[in-house]
Amino acid sequence: MTSETNTSKGFSIQGWYRNLARDERSVVISYSMIILIIIAGATFITPNFASPNFLTQQLRIASFLGIIAAGQMAVILTGNIDLSIPWTLNLAAVVATSVAAGQNENLAFGVGAAIAIGLIVGLVNGVGVAYLRIPSMVLTLGVNAVLKGITVVYTGSAPQFQQTPEILSKVATEILFGFLPFAVIIWALVSLLQYLVLSRSGLGRKTYAVGNNEIASYLSGVKTPRVLIMVFVLSGVLNALAGLMLAGNAGRSFNEMGDPYLLPAIAAVVVGGTSILGGSGKYVGTIAGVIIIRLLDGALNIVQVSPAAKDVTFGLVILAMLFLYGRAEKVRE
Amino acid sequence: MVSKMNSGQRPGIRRLIFRHFRVLIAFAIMFALMGVTASLNKRFFTPAVITSTSNQSMTLIFAGAAQTSVVITGGIDLSVGSIISMCNSLASALFIEPADGEPVNIANIIFVVVTVLLAGAGAGLINGLIVVYGRLQPIIVTLATSSIFSGIALFLRPRPGGYVPRIYGDILTRRVGQLLPENAFGAEPMGLMAFLENVFDFIPASFIFLLLVLLVVWIPFRRSRLGLWVYAVGSNEGAAYMSGVNVNFAKVSAYVLGGLFAGIGGLFLTAQTLTGDANTGAVFTLQSIAIVVLGGTSLFGGSGGVAGTIAAAIALRFIPNILFFARVNPLQQPLWEGAVILLAVAAGASRIFTVRNRLDTMR
Repeated sequence: MTSETNTSKGFSIQGWYRNLARDERSVVISYSMIILIIIAGATFITPNFASPNFLTQQLRIASFLGIIAAGQMAVILTGNIDLSIPWTLNLAAVVATSVAAGQNENLAFGVGAAIAIGLIVGLVNGVGVAYLRIPSMVLTLGVNAVLKGITVVYTGSAPQFQQTPEILSKVATEILFGFLPFAVIIWALVSLLQYLVLSRSGLGRKTYAVGNNEIASYLSGVKTPRVLIMVFVLSGVLNALAGLMLAGNAGRSFNEMGDPYLLPAIAAVVVGGTSILGGSGKYVGTIAGVIIIRLLDGALNIVQVSPAAKDVTFGLVILAMLFLYGRAEKVRE
Repeated sequence: MVSKMNSGQRPGIRRLIFRHFRVLIAFAIMFALMGVTASLNKRFFTPAVITSTSNQSMTLIFAGAAQTSVVITGGIDLSVGSIISMCNSLASALFIEPADGEPVNIANIIFVVVTVLLAGAGAGLINGLIVVYGRLQPIIVTLATSSIFSGIALFLRPRPGGYVPRIYGDILTRRVGQLLPENAFGAEPMGLMAFLENVFDFIPASFIFLLLVLLVVWIPFRRSRLGLWVYAVGSNEGAAYMSGVNVNFAKVSAYVLGGLFAGIGGLFLTAQTLTGDANTGAVFTLQSIAIVVLGGTSLFGGSGGVAGTIAAAIALRFIPNILFFARVNPLQQPLWEGAVILLAVAAGASRIFTVRNRLDTMR
C-alpha cells in the first residue's frame, strides 16, 4: 500500500511522504510535531525543555492520560465515544483507596475492586450501545452522571480512607534508574497490548470494520455487538487503571479528580490522527497525540502564561492539527 | 381507508400526534413532574416560586435552544457552555458602574446587550465556518473552539466579579407585576383590573423574555426557507444538495443561530447572577445535549425543535425540587438526578423500540 512504487528511483522524502496512506501521514505529522515542540521549547522557553530530566517527568505525567486515551481510541475507532471517563476513574480510585485503607497488603483487593468497577461500567455502556442502540454520546453522558451520584453517596455517607497505599504511590511516581518512570512502563505495557489487539488480532480488524461500516460488518458475519461491548469494557478497565495511577500520583483519591481528563483524552486521540467518525487511525499516533498534549501543557506551565492564554493556545493547536489531516474529502454523497 | 387517504392530504389529529410524538412525551413528562412538584410543595403556585422556577430554568433553556439549532443539522456543539461563559464575562466587563448619585446608563446597557449578542452569534459563525469550509467534524471543532472561547472568557474575567446594573437584572428576573409602574391598574383596582393585576403579578418577566425570543428569533427562522433548508440538510444532506439547497449557507446559519441563543443564555445568566464568572457556563454543555435528546430532537438531525427542548429543560429543573420536597437525603440527590436523566435519555434515544429492521439501527 505504501512505498513500493518509488524504491527503484532511489529515496526521496517527498516521494516517500506522498506515497503514505492518510493515517500514516498523520503519524508522521504528529511525531514531527513532538520534535518541533521540543525544539521550540528548548529555543524559546528554556534549554531545560530538552533535558532528559524534564522529558522524563513529562512522560511520567503523560502516562496517566496515555492509559485513558488508549481506551478512548478503541471506542472512537468504532465510531462511538466514551464520555463516562471522569467518574469511572473517580469511582474506581475512591473505592480502591478505601478498600486498601492505606495498607500495602490490601492493595490487591483495592485494585481488584477498581478493575471490577471499570468492567461493570464498560459492560453497561457496551450493552446499551450494542443492544439498546442508544447513541453512545448520550448514554455515556448519563452513565457518567449516575457514577458521579454513586461516588458522592459512597464518599459522603461515611468518611472513607483516601490515602493511597505506599506501593501505589510508588508505582505512579517512582522513576527507576533515574530515567525510567514506573508509570511509563505500565503505559508501555498497555500500549503494547493495545497495539497487538488493534493491528494484530481479529478483534482489532473487526473494530476498524465496525467503525468503517457497521451494517456491512454485521452482514459479513462480524458479531458487531460483541465488538462494541469489548471496546467499551476495554475503555472502562483502562479508565479504572488510570484512576488508580492518578490516585497514586496525588497520594490520595478525591472527588472530581477525573474531570480534567475527558477533553484532553479525546483531543489526544484526534490529534494522533484517529478519525472521530471511526474506522481509521493508528495507535502509535495516539501515543504521539498524548505526548503532544502533555508537552504543550508542560511548556505553557513553564512560561506561566495565564490560564486564558493556555486555553486559547490549546484550542488553536487542536484546530491546526485538524486542518493538517482531519479534513474530509470534498465529495457529496 | 378513508382516514388513510385523508391523512395524506391534510394533517389529521392522529398524524399530528404521531409526527410530534416525542415532543408531546417531553411535555407530558414536564407536566407530570410539575404536578408532582406542586403536590409536594404547597407553595408552588405562588408568584415567588413560579418566578424562581422560571428563572432557574431559563439559561438551560437557551443553552438547549442553542444545541437544538446545531443538532438539527446533524452536528453537535460542545462550545455552548463556553459561549455562555464568554458572553457572561463580556457583559460583566462592559457594564460601566455609574458614579455615586448618577443614574444608570441606559445607553451602556443597550450597547452591552447588542455587543454580547453579536459576540455569541460571532462565536457561532466561527464554529460554522470552520465546520463547513474546513470540512471538519463538528464534535472536535467545537471541542477546540470551546477551549478558545473559555480562554477568552478567562481573559475578560480572570476572577469572578464585576459590576452588573441592578435594574438590568430586575428587568429580566422579576415578575411583570413588579416591573409595571405602581397603580398601573388604578389606585384601587376593581373587577377586570384587579384580575389583570393579579395575573401580571404571577407572570415571571423571564417567561415573557423567552416568548419574545421565540417570537423574534425561533419562529421566523423555523417558518423561513432557511429554516426548511436547515431541517432538510439534517435529514439528508445529499438529497438537500441535489434539490438546490444551499447546504453550506444553511449549516453556517444553524451554528450562528446556536451562537446567538447561547449569547442570549449568557445575557440571562448575567441578569440572574448579577456578576461575571468565566466558569459558570461549563455545566450547560453536557446538560444541553441531554435536554435536546429528552426533548425529542434526534441526534442524527432533521427532526425536533426548540419546543420539546424547552419542556425538557423545565422538566429537568423540577427534579431537584421534587427530591428536596420528598426529603431525599441531599447526599443521594446527584445519584437520583443522574439516574432519572440516564433513564429518560436512554428511553428517548434508544432506537431499538422504534425501527422494524435491525439494520436500521446501525449507521
